[in-house]
Amino acid sequence: MKTIQPADDDCGCDCKKTTLEQSPKKKNYALVRAGIAGLAGFVLWYIIYKQLEPFSSFFAYSLLGLEKGSHLGGAIQFFVYDTPKVMMLLTLIVFVIGIIRSFFTQERTRKYLAGKRESTGNVMAALLGIVTPFCSCSAVPLFIGFVQAGVPLGVTFSFLIASPMVNEIALILLYGLLGWKVAAIYLVSGLVIAIVSGWVIGRFKLEHWIEGWVQELRAGEAVVVEETLTWHDRIDRGWEAVRDIVGKVWIYVVAGIGVGAAIHGYVPETFMATIMGKDAWWSVPAAVVVGIPMYSNAAGIVPVVEALLGKGAALGTVLAFMMSVIALSLPEMVILRKVLTLKLIAVFIGVVGSGILFTGFLFNLIF
Amino acid sequence: MEIKVCGPGCASCEKTEKIVKAAVAAKGIEATILKITDFQEIAQMGIFSTPAVVIDGKVKSVGNIPKQSDVEKWIS
Repeated sequence: MKTIQPADDDCGCDCKKTTLEQSPKKKNYALVRAGIAGLAGFVLWYIIYKQLEPFSSFFAYSLLGLEKGSHLGGAIQFFVYDTPKVMMLLTLIVFVIGIIRSFFTQERTRKYLAGKRESTGNVMAALLGIVTPFCSCSAVPLFIGFVQAGVPLGVTFSFLIASPMVNEIALILLYGLLGWKVAAIYLVSGLVIAIVSGWVIGRFKLEHWIEGWVQELRAGEAVVVEETLTWHDRIDRGWEAVRDIVGKVWIYVVAGIGVGAAIHGYVPETFMATIMGKDAWWSVPAAVVVGIPMYSNAAGIVPVVEALLGKGAALGTVLAFMMSVIALSLPEMVILRKVLTLKLIAVFIGVVGSGILFTGFLFNLIF
Repeated sequence: MEIKVCGPGCASCEKTEKIVKAAVAAKGIEATILKITDFQEIAQMGIFSTPAVVIDGKVKSVGNIPKQSDVEKWIS
């Protein structure tokens, strides 16, 4: 083993990325420094976060002089409080998940799942779906890769369903806006739907409904480029994720909260209860059907969900709507058509749709 | 030199293409840059996550956006 020690190496960790190996001592030092910086950053984040609510009241009722309990005052306070709150939560979580993701490459996920039997495989696939990077445009290569590596079809579907549906952005927004109970319900039911749907699809033995050219690839070998990442690189990945994701979704968040604020201030409390309330049993299937052609990322839909819930819509119905929008999207289906026959896509929509329906009815019954 | 940028055309793939072009321009190298968007063609190269960069038939990166400095190293 050769240890490369440049003569002028007292410039911190920034300029040493090109060196092949760092001495263990240097590495520890950098790690400790990153840890302290991270902790200090988090404390600062928390202090600002705690000031948001008093500030929003001050802004709406003292600075603008609006009356407490008035429509406009309520709407403005809601907007001034929720926008920075959601953005701050989003930034923190996207950063942390960005770092975690640098440990879970698709290659590793694939290799790991290929060795798993069904049932355990379904569970692992759904859990990995939470942390593994995935967007609708990488669905197809990812699907091909799984098939090629010999991951069972049902396990592949568990992953394919969990990945967009149990989404860390949706989860953190639900937590931030609606509390941990709704977030937990969403997480658990999303995972259960992914696991059960994948398992059911696996039972049907539909491997022959995958397009022929994908099947032929089974014999092939995947090219793997192993990266060696330092902690510095991983933190860079976190910031990249923040720039990328927060930069993309902030407009949806602001628009979503804007709609939410309007509903919050102006729509009467029980308005939604008649259309989306518990007593309207047909509202759950209607919510699923309406959700399929709609395509929004989780960030845009959650504030609307919050507003609907606040005005008397039933939790099950709203959850079903949200899951349908995120998990069953028409653009993704169009892309998947390249590797799956229409029959298999229909089965996919059918099974996942039923799972969402069931969840919707169940939560309307419980709450 | 032939450089292939593989990806169905999402934002990350376009960013990768830009980075590759910038690297080629910075190094002043003669290279044809091809954008491969067909899934079948991409998969047949053994690539299952995108974006990916292939230089003269050799897969250099898979599933992430490379840094320009890395691309410059690969082509020089």
